[in-house]
Amino acid sequence: MADYLLSTMIFFPLLGMFVLLVIPRDNDGLLKGFTLAVSLVTFAISLPLAFDNVFTTSGGMHYREFYEWINIGKFFQMNYNLGVDGISLWLVMLTTFIMPITVLSTWNAVEKNTKGFMAMLLLLETGMLGAFVSLDLFLFYIFWELMLIPMYFLIGIWGGKNRIYAAVKFFIYTAVGSLLMLVAIIFVYYYAVQSGAPMNGFGIEEFYKLDLPYNAQFWLFLAFGFSFAIKVPMFPLHTWLPDAHTEAPTAGSVILAAVLLKMGTYGYVRFAMPLFPEALPTFIPFLALLCVIGIIYGSLVAMMQEDVKKLVAYSSVAHLGFVMLGVFAMNLQGLAGGMIQMINHGISTGALFLIVGFIYERRHTRLITEFGGLATKMPIFATIFMIITFSSVGLPGTNGFVGEFLALMGAFESGLRWYAVFATTGVILAAVYMLWMYQRVMFGKVTNPANENLKDLSLREIVIMLPLLLFVFWIGVYPNTFFDKMNPAMEQALEQMGHKVAVVEMQKPAEGGAHGHGAAPATNHGHN
Amino acid sequence: MENLVQEAIQNVNLQAIMPSLVLSAFGMVLLMITVFSKRGKTTHVAWLSIAALVVTGFVSLAGWNNPQAGFAGSVILDNFATFFSLICIAAAILTILMSDDYLKREEFPVGEYYPLILFTTAGAMWMASGTDLMTIFLGLEVLSVSLYVLAGYFRDQTRSNEAGLKYFFLGAFSTGFLLYGVALLYGVTGTTKVQGIADYVLAHPDSVTNTMFVAGGLLMLVGFLFKVAAAPFHMWTPDVYQGAPTPITAFMSAGPKAAAFAAFIRVTIIGLDGIQSELTSLFWILAVLTMTVGNFIALSQKDLKRMLAYSSISHAGYALVGMVAWNEVGLSAIMYYMLVYTFMNMGAFAVLVLIGKKGEDNLTLDGVAGLGYKKPILGVALCVFLFSLMGLPPTAGFTGKFYIFAGAIKSGYIWLAVLGMLNSAVSLFYYLRVMVQMYFKDPEEDFAWVSINVPTAISIAISIVGVLYLGIVPGTLMNLAKMAGF
Repeated sequence: MADYLLSTMIFFPLLGMFVLLVIPRDNDGLLKGFTLAVSLVTFAISLPLAFDNVFTTSGGMHYREFYEWINIGKFFQMNYNLGVDGISLWLVMLTTFIMPITVLSTWNAVEKNTKGFMAMLLLLETGMLGAFVSLDLFLFYIFWELMLIPMYFLIGIWGGKNRIYAAVKFFIYTAVGSLLMLVAIIFVYYYAVQSGAPMNGFGIEEFYKLDLPYNAQFWLFLAFGFSFAIKVPMFPLHTWLPDAHTEAPTAGSVILAAVLLKMGTYGYVRFAMPLFPEALPTFIPFLALLCVIGIIYGSLVAMMQEDVKKLVAYSSVAHLGFVMLGVFAMNLQGLAGGMIQMINHGISTGALFLIVGFIYERRHTRLITEFGGLATKMPIFATIFMIITFSSVGLPGTNGFVGEFLALMGAFESGLRWYAVFATTGVILAAVYMLWMYQRVMFGKVTNPANENLKDLSLREIVIMLPLLLFVFWIGVYPNTFFDKMNPAMEQALEQMGHKVAVVEMQKPAEGGAHGHGAAPATNHGHN
Repeated sequence: MENLVQEAIQNVNLQAIMPSLVLSAFGMVLLMITVFSKRGKTTHVAWLSIAALVVTGFVSLAGWNNPQAGFAGSVILDNFATFFSLICIAAAILTILMSDDYLKREEFPVGEYYPLILFTTAGAMWMASGTDLMTIFLGLEVLSVSLYVLAGYFRDQTRSNEAGLKYFFLGAFSTGFLLYGVALLYGVTGTTKVQGIADYVLAHPDSVTNTMFVAGGLLMLVGFLFKVAAAPFHMWTPDVYQGAPTPITAFMSAGPKAAAFAAFIRVTIIGLDGIQSELTSLFWILAVLTMTVGNFIALSQKDLKRMLAYSSISHAGYALVGMVAWNEVGLSAIMYYMLVYTFMNMGAFAVLVLIGKKGEDNLTLDGVAGLGYKKPILGVALCVFLFSLMGLPPTAGFTGKFYIFAGAIKSGYIWLAVLGMLNSAVSLFYYLRVMVQMYFKDPEEDFAWVSINVPTAISIAISIVGVLYLGIVPGTLMNLAKMAGF
């Protein structure tokens, strides 16, 4: 089983999709129930990964699968090359974890062409899981592009009023970036062929060892980085995100926020940065600046939104700015903060989109001014919403605090000190826009008569939120469960990114700095 | 004297031309059969034609890894020719499958249609195996004349007439260019054999300064570029593609185009190898121009056939990228791409054949609104083909494009690859627009007239299998394309 675990996990949803196609299209309950079952089984398949202690001891790739796939002799060769390490582990888990929740959330929301919707969800899951565990750049590219198609249809068919514009914009933005990345991928391959370096198809572990000249690394990083920056999305390439989020159906928004955006950040950690380390010193100040702009700009725009969903969408831009800032710090704290913040964002922003979905299903509007005083009518909802809001703001005790704190600390201790200072204002701004929104929606008196008879959350809705709440506190209180399995892989990645970047090494402060903070994972592994 | 005759007979080697010989014989027999058939009954002719094509396919396989040269080196049945012949045969079979019910719907079921397709295919195979400019020219003429007739086949439809006439006039012009070029080249080199020209160029490195040689070469290239519909010789394409019967449009965009590329490749890569650097810079410009013109004009098209015509121009541009690469990867990539293009483009046209009304005025963007809901299977099929035309994995269009651009990047043409990719990005717009109509708009029509007939369904099914097979496990055919290269 362990030999084929990753393949089983990736292709089980696809198999489920084909079975789904033969279920009669008017049997709504069966379609949804079946999809839920498939996503639950996929989650079960992936569970052994989370409990495997091999990740705490070794930073390399595990659960490897390797088959020759395409072999055109000296022309090119691609392999079916899978593996998972501490960096991809929790992203894989997040994906399989969030899928059943997403499916459950569609129970009353999707009525038009359920079959198509569920098929797209399952196809999307295959694409996402495949992209996270591919170790062959060509294979990665296939899964990466495969995610585009279902998301395009999810937004375009089941989306809101402006869905066509949003769907096409999403598609074109993402595709343009990845097309340029494809050129870069092929270039790296033929460079490796010419230099006579040992190769394993498009295997990244061999590409890591390539000694590309600076000039090539510059352009290649630009191509990869551009593609991933669109996906993250980083300012100023973020404009597709608010449109896509606002127009997408709840399930689409949840997956988009929870997993798809992580593709971009994961792409930086796994591909762009370790493959082209010499280009990093050139680009990082610039990219970090974009992160800071993204954080402040995203927060300010979020503050001014009248639509709750749009507010959450812009808050994503800001949150992802923290993630990337942590990653670009290129020290263990920063990277750990960035990585855990990816998971946090998946949980808390996913949850926020679900919450927006709940009230939208009840009122068919998302305008803040339409609401007010909901807390008195929906106490359970108010409690859950409050916790998630705190998590999004980064209140200590919740997951958001751990991630943002570490990311900022990492940035502060690296060469990005001043960036961190400005980014920290984003934390305050987040509190402003989130709490202000919460206050306007939930507190006060019910002024709009349409809100008088709102029902509190149903059992199904509570069941959806409970697992998310569990992780809000788990990561908030004891993040080491997650850090323990990430650290070896992160150290290895940092070594790969940093082994030629003396500048950053020098600016990394003494280890003692990290010891002062109890929650820092760096204290556990800082000396290794 | 006797020796001479014997030598000539030995030189003949019918094996080398056996595929086109067999196919032409079948074509003529079928012409006779149609004469004696009742008017309006064409189904049996269609199936017999398919049988003829299948037999020809097996015959041409004899040349695989067993090159047969004949007629004193003016034709050769080698891997290269076999590969292209099989592409043309596949295209012809798919065309015939989607034709029968189409002809009945358009109320013009006249049996000569099928033999004409066979003759076109024979000409195409002739072109692919020609190693002498004269044999290539012969093949080109057989192919073109049959196609002129097919393009204008619906003689009572103005649009079809326009297509036939336009194609004929411009085609005749371009053939004139080609022939004049060949004559000039003969004047300079004293031979029409591709290998002979190659030897001459090798022996005379200064040929690029020889005005007559340059003029001859350029005129000949114009002829080929016209046939592959490369910009700026593409002007005929939209009108002809729009006006011709839809299955014929599909056929033209795949089979004859592949054959034209075959001859083009053989003449340039072998015959003009000595002036590679000059030619690649010329092709570089032509490739970028063709891709860009095709994609940008396609953006503003409302008629689906016309849009696919411009898309076909842009795909010729992608194939030209393989020519620029001028290495074995690029060359095999063109072959592979032609195969891929055959499946994806003919599949898309087959869907159009099914959803068209008589006269096909409804084949516009607005005309397919809501198709995905009213005819879900056709909708999914068209989506697969469109995704493949875009070049998205896991379809054949992606592996094909990958192959082509790998060739270009291997030769160091990175900017060309970047421009090609940006062009693909532009093409997303107009392909997506079709899907927007199919799925994101509410149906205005009920598509009640669409009746899915078995042969067309088979051709769509073959195309889908082809597109997915070449997209997911492309190894086998990529290797065959590699073996078919020089």
